[in-house]
Amino acid sequence: MKDGNMTPFSSWRFRPNLLKHAWLLCGVLVLSACNEERNSFLDPAGPIAAAQRTHMFEVIAWTMIAIVPVFVFVPLILWRYRFRNAKARYTPDWEFSGWLDMVMWGVPFVIIIILSSMLWKSTHALDPYKPIASTEAPVNVQVVGLDWKWLFIYPDLGIATVNELVIPVNASVAMDITTDTVMQSILISSLAGQIYAMPGMRTKLHVLADETGTFVGENTQYNGDGFVDQNFQTISMSTEDFAVWVTTVKASGVTLDATTYGRLAVGSTGAQAHETLGSSQMPEGVIYFNQVEPSLFETVLGRYNEGTDIPPAQQPGAVGYVPPSAQGANQ
Amino acid sequence: MKHPILHPGMNLGPHHGQAHYDAERVTFGFWVFLMSDLIIFGLMFATYVTMANPTGLAGGPGPKDAYDLTNVYAQTMVLLVSSVTFGMASLAMRFERGSGPITLWLCITLALGLGFLTLELLDFSNMVEAGAVPSRSGFWSSFWGLVPLHGLHVFVGCLWISIMMIQMRIFGLAPVIKTRILRLGLFWHFLDLIWIGIFTIVYLGALSS
Amino acid sequence: MNPDDTIHWLIGRLGVSSLPILPAIENPTASELVGAGAASVAIFGAIGAVIFITWLGAWKTLWFDWLTSTDHKRIGIMYIVLALVMLARGVIEGVVMRTQQAFGLDGGFLAPDHFGELFTTHGTIMIFFVAMPLIAGIANYVMPLQIGARDMSFPVMNQISLGLTATGAALIMISLVIAQFSTGSWAAYPPYTGLDFQPGPGPDYWIWTIILAGIGTTMSGINFAVTIYKERAPGMTLFRMPLFTWTMLCTSIIMIFALPPLTVAALMQAADRYLDFHFFTNDLGGNMMNYVNLFWLFGHPEVYLLVIPAYGVFSETIATFSGKRLFGYNSLVFATMAIAVLSFSVWLHHFFTMGQSANVNIAFGIASMCIAVPTGVKIYDWMATMYRGRIRMSVPMIYAIGFFYLFTVGGLTGVMLANPTISYQVHNTLFLVAHFHNVIIPGVVFGLMSGYFYWFPKAFGFRLHEGWGRAIALFWIFGFSFTFFPLYVLGFMGMPRRSVSYTNPAFEPWMMVALFGAGLIFAALVSLFIQLRVSIRDRENLAVPVGDPWNGRTLEWSTSSPPPHYNFAVPPTVEDRDDFADAKAKGRAYQEPDAYEDIEVPENTPIGMIICVFGTLLGFALVFYIWWLALVSAVVIVVAIIARTFNLSTTRTIPAAEVAEEHRAWLAQVRATKAVTREAETKSTNHGLAGLETAPSDGEPA
Repeated sequence: MKDGNMTPFSSWRFRPNLLKHAWLLCGVLVLSACNEERNSFLDPAGPIAAAQRTHMFEVIAWTMIAIVPVFVFVPLILWRYRFRNAKARYTPDWEFSGWLDMVMWGVPFVIIIILSSMLWKSTHALDPYKPIASTEAPVNVQVVGLDWKWLFIYPDLGIATVNELVIPVNASVAMDITTDTVMQSILISSLAGQIYAMPGMRTKLHVLADETGTFVGENTQYNGDGFVDQNFQTISMSTEDFAVWVTTVKASGVTLDATTYGRLAVGSTGAQAHETLGSSQMPEGVIYFNQVEPSLFETVLGRYNEGTDIPPAQQPGAVGYVPPSAQGANQ
Repeated sequence: MKHPILHPGMNLGPHHGQAHYDAERVTFGFWVFLMSDLIIFGLMFATYVTMANPTGLAGGPGPKDAYDLTNVYAQTMVLLVSSVTFGMASLAMRFERGSGPITLWLCITLALGLGFLTLELLDFSNMVEAGAVPSRSGFWSSFWGLVPLHGLHVFVGCLWISIMMIQMRIFGLAPVIKTRILRLGLFWHFLDLIWIGIFTIVYLGALSS
Repeated sequence: MNPDDTIHWLIGRLGVSSLPILPAIENPTASELVGAGAASVAIFGAIGAVIFITWLGAWKTLWFDWLTSTDHKRIGIMYIVLALVMLARGVIEGVVMRTQQAFGLDGGFLAPDHFGELFTTHGTIMIFFVAMPLIAGIANYVMPLQIGARDMSFPVMNQISLGLTATGAALIMISLVIAQFSTGSWAAYPPYTGLDFQPGPGPDYWIWTIILAGIGTTMSGINFAVTIYKERAPGMTLFRMPLFTWTMLCTSIIMIFALPPLTVAALMQAADRYLDFHFFTNDLGGNMMNYVNLFWLFGHPEVYLLVIPAYGVFSETIATFSGKRLFGYNSLVFATMAIAVLSFSVWLHHFFTMGQSANVNIAFGIASMCIAVPTGVKIYDWMATMYRGRIRMSVPMIYAIGFFYLFTVGGLTGVMLANPTISYQVHNTLFLVAHFHNVIIPGVVFGLMSGYFYWFPKAFGFRLHEGWGRAIALFWIFGFSFTFFPLYVLGFMGMPRRSVSYTNPAFEPWMMVALFGAGLIFAALVSLFIQLRVSIRDRENLAVPVGDPWNGRTLEWSTSSPPPHYNFAVPPTVEDRDDFADAKAKGRAYQEPDAYEDIEVPENTPIGMIICVFGTLLGFALVFYIWWLALVSAVVIVVAIIARTFNLSTTRTIPAAEVAEEHRAWLAQVRATKAVTREAETKSTNHGLAGLETAPSDGEPA
């Protein structure tokens, strides 16, 4: 991707303005360094986030043309035309100037035209629905948002995880996203922007990490008491390490069927779900599944569109939800 | 016309004195209210249109299973005629024919309004029997949000007509009574306009697709 | 019927467990104590107010002179009182949230559901019960005076609007004491606010609060628009109207067209929750994306509804305190109208991330950025207004300077957010929270606070204490900066909004800075009340009965302070854009008319209060499923309105002699008063008669 390779320093025009924001950037970087998990597009680990950062600095730079005059001239005018300054000129009835009006309307207008063309290009270039060009084989991931954890299904590998998204470096990861409860929003800031997850609907997001590392992924759409715990690790690793990881998951995972899915869908954080379904072979707060019903994602997606009433007892996240396993036990 | 038009719609004319001049403000205000109300209906229409698809129908009964075009056609005719009869009441007021003819035309309008409501309720009860209830699907929710909202407006209009007939008896054709009938007229014609939208979009539109 | 059924029939789902005091006694955690404390404050505040009014012996005055009044000026003041009470709650909630997050590393003291309630009520209150009543209040007071009108077009409807706004405020106050408010945020996105996920009364509180107050606001909009179109004094053409009136026209147009989507969205939610409809449910074809569209179809014009009147206030104060005519009047009018129109075309930028195609996002992104053009023009016009003026650094100018700097930063982050590319990253993070506070506080709050200071002497006949005024302005400016600039950084660091706690220690220092800022904002709130107290105490020294303390330029300054019920003894004839400035320069001001006439003013009526009380009961009954009470309240409201239409004598006449006597007495006072120059503006010699200003030096015109 063209924009992806562009750093803020590659173009002369925003260097002066970059200084203004250097403090901000430094602050974020320094403080992020305290934490080994990266969670900011200002510290990107993929072409999309990098291009988003570049685009942001360009927007700031162009907007500064309209803003700097305000910052500079307001104090000058205030000082020059202060009440006590008897020397300053006073023109109480001056109320119009054609050329000034032209400048006032014209300059912002031109800036907005420039910004609009940039917006046009970048929105198309960074469309989250578009696969990202890469040399590696793409990976498909199906994402189901639950209260208050994320389920990642690797349909081609027959495995699934909770709260751990592992991806091979330099591979375009195509995510199909939905939720089995209320609306949520998935964001892995270091890699790409967020997209909403909505029940009965499929949204898409493509991410690519061009370096290995661990990045924070989170839900940004408030969905109740466990909201703040609904974050996960995104780990990007080499293709070989990824293959090893897949084997580990297959070896240590449990089965994901209707019963385990029901227990997973109960309102609980990743750590709580780990208590009920996980084992010590899995990382803390993470669950591995080695057998996944192939149509699970489509079932979750489709159940809201079947035209049947879904009472609270069958609605994950609802007050009064009873998972299928417990229903079976009661019968 | 020689005198300036003070507000959109039928002006009473300077021979009505104070009522004519008072009408400028209150009628303008009422127009603004109607514009606001129009937005409400517009959004209900938009919701209906976005729900009129297989997802919105959610496997429930469709328009063809529930709409009775004969009845809807009868409702349309009754309501359109009521608009004409209200127009006659307004003209009787404009040309100062006294409260007798106004009351007569208002009575006919009221009867037609109530007739419309009766037909509509009949239609609704048939729809309930066909299973086209709001709890069945998003599509039927949007129908029951829109068409009965119009019906509620007609009901309020009927109540308003009744009150105006009582007030005409008590106060005669005082200026404020005249301007109220003027506004009531706008309201009544507005409901006709909405109904034309309902007839074309809700009924014909859904049946044709 | 067994006793349980009877009780259920009587009080619906209301129960002892609805009281937050009880869990606090059973389980005294910090979080429960905060909730119980808030409930106690509400209860004791209400009891205290009752005792205070009784002690003053003011019940009669309150009822006959205020609550039943149809005078636009009194209604305006009541709106502002309501807004200040709600401001106190809103600010305190903000401070509590800042405190929670400052200590929120791995926990904090608030339970997540209490935090959810806090951000929901904070948002709802600040938008609907602080910003909007402040605007409605100032507009009610000032706008008819600015256009030379005697009252609003529909004084009784005006009172009903106030009543409905108060109803919404009452419901949200009741939710402090009985049961819980929604945790679904002020935007109340379903399905989270649906019956499945929040079966309790919380979202119902939100629904009825919003619907009742929203109807009131729609009626206010109609009233303002008709007043501006139809009640202007002779000679007051549209392009002679003061800018504040222009902005109110734009705002009322937004009220008329943008509030219906909110009412529709809230009613649809009510239908889903009460009648098993499926507008926004997960199953059976409901579609929450419809809600999101409807809500922001209201929500985006709403923010312009809030900020446009603030632009109007700045247009008035900057011209007045620069001693100059407003620069670029036509530009400002067109810019305001452009903003009002464009505001309806950008709603989708609140959800670029909902999965629509790039082209849709682009269209709305560009439309959003376009708003920056007229907004920028306005800022430059105000700068040009100050250029070659004689700028007095009075309180409104301090706000204006804070506005210039801070609002511009908000504009910058707004342009950033208009880019889908950037929005994908910072949407739903604290960056967004910082951005909208950055436009709402320096824009709306600074504007309205300076308007409060500027027009207070008009309403009460004495100025507010200048020193405290400056302190409040500085507290707001620095309080805002310290609170919200750190949130930008936290947004870049990836912290989602509405987080009760966090695990990243790097957030903590920024949160501490934000807490310090929140303390400053709290100081601004406290100072606001101290200023009022001090000013009332020193009212003799601050008195400006003649009515023109700032050498004002527009018609509202040409009457006594406070103005008589009928505003103008004779309707003014307007000859110029800044008519009062022109009148003073040409000696047209303070003249006795050739003749006085009888004046008809609207009679008092209790209808607004009836609707307020029974509207509150109706809302409460619906929230708690007390169907009989809901029915009774609805019937009372309908019957009261119908009964009102049978009363045709709704005005009373003030005889010409009485008008003449009052007006002559004031003119005599004007003649007896010594005019002051702007040097003495803030001194006790300023009794509201402005001396003619002469330029300090050559003063040649440009």
